[in-house]
Amino acid sequence: MSFGPHLFLALLEGTVTAFVLALIALGLSLVFGVMRIVNIAHGEFFMLGAVLAWFCSTLVGGGPLMGFIVALVMGPLIVGGIAVAADGLILRRIRYQPESTIVATIGLLYIIQQLVLTFYGPDARPVDPPVYFRVVFPWFGYSGYKLVVACLSGLLLVGTWLAMSKTKLGLYMRATQQDQEMAQAFGVPVRRVYATVFALGAMLAAVAGVLVVPIQQAHYLMGLDPLLLSFIVVIIGGLGSLKGTMVAAFVVGISDGVVSVFFSPTLAKIVATLLVATVLVLKPGGLFGEEGS
Amino acid sequence: MATVDSILETAALGKSFGGLHAVKNVDLCLARGEIRAIIGPNGAGKTTLVNMISGRISPTSGRVRFNDRDITALRAWDRVVQGIVYTFQVTSIFKNLTCYENVALAAQRRLMGSAIDRLVLNERQIADRVQAALLEVGLSATGDQRADTLPYGHQRLLEVAMALALSPELLILDEPMQGLAPEEISTFCDLLRTLSREVTVLLIEHNMSVVLELAEMVTVMDNGEIIAEGSPAEIERHREVQKAYLGK
Amino acid sequence: MSRRSAGKVFALHLGILALLFVAQFVLPAYHHTNLARIMVLATYAVGYNVLLGYTGLMSLGHSMFFAAGMYGAGLPIYYLQFGAFQAFCMGVLLSLVLSTAFGLIALRTSGVSFLIVTMMFAQACYLAILYFNKVTMGDQGFILSKSLESVALGSFEFAFSDPAVKYNVALLVFAGCFLLSAVLAGSPTGRVLIAVRENEERTGLLGYNTFKYKLLSLVISGGISGAAGASYALLFSYVGASFASILYSIYPLLWTLLGGTGTTIGPMIGTGFMFYLVDFASGLTSSYLLVVGAVLVMLILWFPQGIMGSIRARWLPWLP
Repeated sequence: MSFGPHLFLALLEGTVTAFVLALIALGLSLVFGVMRIVNIAHGEFFMLGAVLAWFCSTLVGGGPLMGFIVALVMGPLIVGGIAVAADGLILRRIRYQPESTIVATIGLLYIIQQLVLTFYGPDARPVDPPVYFRVVFPWFGYSGYKLVVACLSGLLLVGTWLAMSKTKLGLYMRATQQDQEMAQAFGVPVRRVYATVFALGAMLAAVAGVLVVPIQQAHYLMGLDPLLLSFIVVIIGGLGSLKGTMVAAFVVGISDGVVSVFFSPTLAKIVATLLVATVLVLKPGGLFGEEGS
Repeated sequence: MATVDSILETAALGKSFGGLHAVKNVDLCLARGEIRAIIGPNGAGKTTLVNMISGRISPTSGRVRFNDRDITALRAWDRVVQGIVYTFQVTSIFKNLTCYENVALAAQRRLMGSAIDRLVLNERQIADRVQAALLEVGLSATGDQRADTLPYGHQRLLEVAMALALSPELLILDEPMQGLAPEEISTFCDLLRTLSREVTVLLIEHNMSVVLELAEMVTVMDNGEIIAEGSPAEIERHREVQKAYLGK
Repeated sequence: MSRRSAGKVFALHLGILALLFVAQFVLPAYHHTNLARIMVLATYAVGYNVLLGYTGLMSLGHSMFFAAGMYGAGLPIYYLQFGAFQAFCMGVLLSLVLSTAFGLIALRTSGVSFLIVTMMFAQACYLAILYFNKVTMGDQGFILSKSLESVALGSFEFAFSDPAVKYNVALLVFAGCFLLSAVLAGSPTGRVLIAVRENEERTGLLGYNTFKYKLLSLVISGGISGAAGASYALLFSYVGASFASILYSIYPLLWTLLGGTGTTIGPMIGTGFMFYLVDFASGLTSSYLLVVGAVLVMLILWFPQGIMGSIRARWLPWLP
């Protein structure tokens, strides 16, 4: 394959990565924006989504599509429930203090990861895609499912944006993000908003996991890479800026895809880190971040 | 300005945040040893101006001269070493440390002047400076107390002690009387009067009786500009000032 | 700090070191090697604590400094037949250079951003070690014992395979870094670092260039971590990429929190405690990291000051 088509393939890969990454990073960014905390266990919610999808595919009869649909519903619900529990049992007790939350979520990371290891095992297991078709380009065939993933992710992103701007919950979230004390004074149920936002962030990651697992295999350690990539995204985009997160997700996703296809995934991660270093040197707050934050 | 020994001069100092002009074209001149008050309605730009003098923010236009030296490019910490000390509007001390440690940090900085000084720095010198500063503000007995156990008024005094331990030439106080009880206010005023024999004092203040009693010169700001300057009595009678404050 | 308590502090630190020295003659072999390992890892924790406990900057990337020390010492021995002491210096030098370069970039951010940046850079270093596997052999790791010659001092020869040598070298390195951290904590510089931790803006407005101090803290922290990594390579003979992974960035956080951040003795206590806890847990299950996770959560919920921190708060306020 000559360079042009090869680049096209790389861009396709990058775009799919970007959409999925946008979903995961959005979850992280929402949680930080509203609650001002960083959830180090965020990648594990992604992994849980993938693993639960695998369970669904083996336990639910009726073919891969049925399993996929069940997973798409059950996965996020279960993960959301776990998130709410974590919020109530741990995060609320430490009053959402930034440093304590980081330590607590690291602990959560290991607890979730090791429990999955115990019940699911150390192997990577594949899941069949719910739909299988190939999109045939003149130079190569491309997995149709990957394009479905991109579309579904895009829909979810739009849906989240609509929810944020049009619904009451969205209003509460934006108010709490602007000024938590003021919001509370105006009757916004901040504690419930926090629990909901945390669950929402986890669910976005879980959905990404369900979507991705037919492409990648489900493995108990698969949460780390997306975590680091989404960190890169929120740093480049600027912590707390949703617009920045989206833009950065595409920049990082596409460059990751391109470098992965032309060179190697390992190099892609290294390049992404150097990208962050450059952004930091030029603009410490990130591309869209607050000045000097 | 040639006849006045000015310690601080600003030339056409201005600060804009995007489209908002917080400070426009301010020429301020402080004489050595005076007590100057800056007054004005909220949003007049007083704190922004003072932040540019202390170095917390950098101006978008204009220059600042201190002791005949252009310090516009100097960072805040370097300005402290030069002799400009700023105390916060909301008391900012080291709550979890003892009062001694709070002042010791300041004393230490002053004693760490050059690399050689750093080597021979000893705790005794620091202790002497700390005791002297605490004595001057009337807090000598509090050395071992944690700073956050002090009542609010005393925390304010602790901040002044920290400023004193730095041997400032220009002391900038941002609304120092806010939150103090009347007796505390008069003690504070006496303290400032004593200090001004050696130190130039610049204060932002809303409490008009304090301003009238304490200040030798008053600068009035509104909308980012200086609208009047003069002795307290002159300012009281000034038409523009009455308009700005009283809407007449 | 008054002169009286300075004396007490000095005595306490020397006492602990003396205790550790004597212990080697009474401990059975199993615990003997354990303690040697604990001391090297405790050195790492001491280094980490300089940045977290005293300066208030949390990092999740210290494994890159540890690994810099390890590879900085290990690679020259393997390829160039360096002697032990030169290799150690190379390791420390590499970690100092890395922490300086890293600090100049990363300290432009603070708080959560800083944490994330440390995590990413450490991961990039880890990946780089794997990427250049042909040189670093990071995947499998490599063993030093064949290449490492014994050190000759006068008429004595010290072989690194000798447990007594391992123990005492570990003790020596630990003692050096331990005392360094204690001296730093009580010094004027240490006072400034604590101030930066407590209220950075105020510290700046007292005339201190806080960037310089944070950088100094990071470099010292990185250097001590590198010394630990270099010692680990020399004493336990194995150099592998796993020591650059994120787990090895989380360990010192865990040890320091458990022992008590901002105390000089805390890191050692935390490391020792956790070592034996993990030892015990891995006898029971292969998912012993679950214990790590659970301890972290419990610590932060109920015991945030750690062991020494709580002791200091309740009974002994003069502890540094």
